[in-house]
Amino acid sequence: MESITSLLSIALGAVLVNNFVLSQFLGICPFMGVSKKVETALGMGMAVIFVMGVASAVNWPINQFLNSKGLGFMQTVTFILVIASLVQFVEMFLQKAMPSLYEALGVYLPLITTNCAVLGVTLQNAQKSYNFGESLTYGITGGVGFLLAIVLFASVRERMEFAKCPKCFEGFPIALVAASLISLAFMGFSGLKVW
Amino acid sequence: MSTTILAPIVLCVLGIVFGIILAVASKVFAVEKDPREEAITECLPGANCGGCGYPGCGGYASAVVKGLAPVDACAPGGAELAKKIGAIMGVEVEEGARKVAQVMCTGGGHDKTRYDYVGLDSCLGISRVSSGPLQCSYGCLGGGDCVEACKFDAIHIVDGVAKVDEQACVACNACVTACPKNIIRIIPRNSKKYTEIPCASHDKGPVVRQACDNGCIGCKICVKACPKEGAITVENFLAKINYDICIGCGLCSRACPRKLITVDGVVLPPKPKKPAAPKAEAAPAAAPKAEAAPKAEAAPKAEEAPKAEAAPEAPKAE
Repeated sequence: MESITSLLSIALGAVLVNNFVLSQFLGICPFMGVSKKVETALGMGMAVIFVMGVASAVNWPINQFLNSKGLGFMQTVTFILVIASLVQFVEMFLQKAMPSLYEALGVYLPLITTNCAVLGVTLQNAQKSYNFGESLTYGITGGVGFLLAIVLFASVRERMEFAKCPKCFEGFPIALVAASLISLAFMGFSGLKVW
Repeated sequence: MSTTILAPIVLCVLGIVFGIILAVASKVFAVEKDPREEAITECLPGANCGGCGYPGCGGYASAVVKGLAPVDACAPGGAELAKKIGAIMGVEVEEGARKVAQVMCTGGGHDKTRYDYVGLDSCLGISRVSSGPLQCSYGCLGGGDCVEACKFDAIHIVDGVAKVDEQACVACNACVTACPKNIIRIIPRNSKKYTEIPCASHDKGPVVRQACDNGCIGCKICVKACPKEGAITVENFLAKINYDICIGCGLCSRACPRKLITVDGVVLPPKPKKPAAPKAEAAPAAAPKAEAAPKAEAAPKAEEAPKAEAAPEAPKAE
């Protein structure tokens, strides 16, 4: 049985130190796209937590199976297949169970399919040969990291709407600058450890 | 088994398994959509103008199905569409009046300015500088914000003043919200003669006289000339037509000393002094009458007069 410490250190790493968006630069598309309002950012973050968690859990046995057959090279294509179907499933589920969230996420829910953070977490699970518990932890906390980053960024952008800014920087460019500044701030976490 | 064969097999099996799961899920989680919603969306214009107050045509369709919106709220579609939607929803639709936007300014004071404006070419920008260069603070600035807002190419700046193309106008409200001067409004455009008082100035008479050639001074002559009580009222030095009562006789247009009131877009000539001869002299007599009128009556208007004359005589005869 894996120790609590190792799980904690994985969680801390995924949320703060190696944050998917701000340190690894994965999942930038929804990060920029859905971060105009804190509310939708929160919804998107929740969806990503869910998808990343389930994707890690589902992909772990598949990865074991692939490895046992010596098909490790098929990781990427298989994982994409799994994630795509998973997102489809989540979309159907949300449309039925939470129509308001479904409408709030809009076009960005299908975009999770191509969210490289989700593919990234499953590939990293395989790379680091995590066991099932560790994979699940890494997936969920990676999603939490994404949620943290996108909500922080959305609140910054909401303020930025009213800030004066040179014409040539208005809109997307200044958002990218702000994102990089937040990313710099997150570099302060590097070296943080649980022992 | 060699990996070359195993790899595609594994992928195929995975694909089939996920396909089956998704197929089952789509049945289990199927969301029942009202077929009427789709039918309504299909007959809507699809301009997504937002004139109905809902986000786009889809939003309006779902609101109609839920019973939140009336079936005749779509201005671009008009009465015809209202009937169609009514048929889908199983509701009878009353024939409503067609509506159009009206710019309440003729530009009579367009050359009477207080300063030369140099700057942004938009009404919003112009109106920010001491509420515009015009002496009349209710005048159309001619910056074209309404033209930009119009999705139907139904409003244009003619001689520095916004003018509505009534054929193209669908009363979607876009220009009304765009106008920083708030001088565009939506009025019912009935099939009968269409009387207009295109002025928004609440200034007192002398002020209007100075600022505009034909702005309403609130003299109430039109009120006295009107055969129907309540069809024209003067409030805060501005005459206003109640279209529920107005019969379009055009007497106010003839009486107006400012030559402001129009019937079907034309200012009617004043009545001749001798006791009016309503019935018999219709179209043929109209042209000479217009010529005989004071010289303020411009030449092109006299040419138009017979056209405009033919019909307004009819209600008078009753």
